[in-house]
Amino acid sequence: MTEVVATNQTILVVGGGISGMTAALEAAECGKDVVLVEKNPVLGGRVSQLYRYFPKMCHPVCGLEINQRRTKMNPRIRVLTMAEVTGISGQKGDYTATVKISPRYVNENCTACGECAKAAETDIDDAFNYNLGKVKAAFLPHKMAYPQRYVVAPSVVGTPEGDKIKAACKYGAIDFGMQEETLQLKAGAIVWATGWKPYDAAKIQPYGYDRFSNVITNVEFERLADPHGPTGGKILRPSDGKEAKNVAFIQCAGSRDENHLRHCSRFCCTASLKQTQYVREKFGDEAQSTVYYIDIRAIDRFEDFYAKVRADQSVKFVKSKVAKIVQDEKTGDVVLHGVDTEGYHRYANTHDLVVLAVGMDPEVQGAQVPAEVAADASGFLVSGDANGGIFGAGCATNALDVNRAVQSATASALRAIQVINKVASVEG
Amino acid sequence: MSEMKYHNNFLKEVEERVEEGHMVKMCMQCGVCSGSCPFGPHWAHPPQELFMMIRAGKREEVLSSDSMWMCTSCYQCIVRCPRKLPITHIMHGLAYLAKREGLAPKGQPTAEFGQMFWDNLTKDGRVNELKLSLSLYFKDGFGQGVKNAMAMQSVGMGLMKAGRLNPMEILGGHKIKDKSGFHAMLKKAREIEDARRKLA
Repeated sequence: MTEVVATNQTILVVGGGISGMTAALEAAECGKDVVLVEKNPVLGGRVSQLYRYFPKMCHPVCGLEINQRRTKMNPRIRVLTMAEVTGISGQKGDYTATVKISPRYVNENCTACGECAKAAETDIDDAFNYNLGKVKAAFLPHKMAYPQRYVVAPSVVGTPEGDKIKAACKYGAIDFGMQEETLQLKAGAIVWATGWKPYDAAKIQPYGYDRFSNVITNVEFERLADPHGPTGGKILRPSDGKEAKNVAFIQCAGSRDENHLRHCSRFCCTASLKQTQYVREKFGDEAQSTVYYIDIRAIDRFEDFYAKVRADQSVKFVKSKVAKIVQDEKTGDVVLHGVDTEGYHRYANTHDLVVLAVGMDPEVQGAQVPAEVAADASGFLVSGDANGGIFGAGCATNALDVNRAVQSATASALRAIQVINKVASVEG
Repeated sequence: MSEMKYHNNFLKEVEERVEEGHMVKMCMQCGVCSGSCPFGPHWAHPPQELFMMIRAGKREEVLSSDSMWMCTSCYQCIVRCPRKLPITHIMHGLAYLAKREGLAPKGQPTAEFGQMFWDNLTKDGRVNELKLSLSLYFKDGFGQGVKNAMAMQSVGMGLMKAGRLNPMEILGGHKIKDKSGFHAMLKKAREIEDARRKLA
């Protein structure tokens, strides 16, 4: 049974992405006790799945490593992975949260030596790479995983393969006796930082994400460019593994659309500008990127980055929302149809690969949060007194880039600390 | 271009005088309507351009365009418009305004047929399909009319055999009972619409 000490002076942080980690660290480094609950087997969330950050084109692993170290060194943070908050009762200063913990089948003896993965035979979908590749049924989610501990898929439990995996471990870390657990935790304040998920591109029917293999999303493109991704960092298109040197980026794929997401997702313009530079980096002067846009929303200081990309000869801009995509069955090439706004020219442009700049949907819709919290029409949390001691942070509250998500998380940590201070002054 | 007239209040005029014209200003010029229109390549101006021309005050150019007459009401543009503009409806509204202002392109087939259909329908309160077809065939003169009728002969015969076309309709045809009441209703409806749209 998992032991967790939590009181009304504890802050519960739900979600261990960049926002949740930040909120937990800020609160813990101010001397508060924190329980950080993460659904996945590792912390880091979607930031760990990025190849580079905009606008400096630096690697997210750098900042993530610092945060992981801060988390590891801080005795006030208790991390629960593979854990989900399923219920919240009580009020500000006195909450009880129900947390469901799924079995990992690997205990703290794990040294991440990898022998279990060698013994495993079954391949399962690689969620870290947005299912673009496969991993063994005993796996480390990614190289920089925190906690640095393997996971065994439930599908091999009780099979001969499971026995082989168990036998391969020299440290007695494989434990098939683990069961699903349900804990009740006390907390004075809750930071809700469940983040975002990419909008389901298959819903944008004319773009054929579900029909055409060479139509992918921006988050998948991050994995293609990453050396730790399924292609080892080569930009290869899914249909035939050919190098995709001529890449189209379609902005507002779902965002700013009454039929899909009503809001502007804010990060996608700058993210696509960044991704044109991946094509440039891999293929040099042979690279060709075309950005199809309604208008480029490179907010405040990102204007400089936009100007820099605009000056790049390998990047073209077409002011038009693409009407339709067709993939040639023989060549695998994709043809984009539409009319541009600068002269109203009808075009049918051929590209190797299309990247849909899909927007942000809240990972947990406001209505699905197991507590009384206010949310807007898109399902993002809205702050207000009615929420009591529950504070939204990061992309659970709005479509934000990493920088703004971290600011939002710090703000929510401060609000949570104020609640705890009040509880402490009463309890003494 | 120096002779081109700009009417800076044309957007206001469209808002007032065209059905759902107030939605024109919501267009964000993404162009998905133009790219989605199956008739797009055959128009003078795609919807997105037409909306920009309205905002720019190009009154004569907009109202004399053939674009809105080419709309087949497939509704693809409405379905895909990210701002939910009722593009098809606006197209029909613009066509009507153009016609009432006498700016519709002369000899535009859709416009001509529309008028024929309306005249045919309102005369007796029922559509006389035989007379409607004949007036369409003969609209470009007697010789062309005979050619058109000969070309469509087998279709006409087939309709007659199936009981879908009565040759006796040429002698007056069927009517509604209260014709004068029907005409009074149309007159009143037009008065109301004209007052609302300032079309009188």
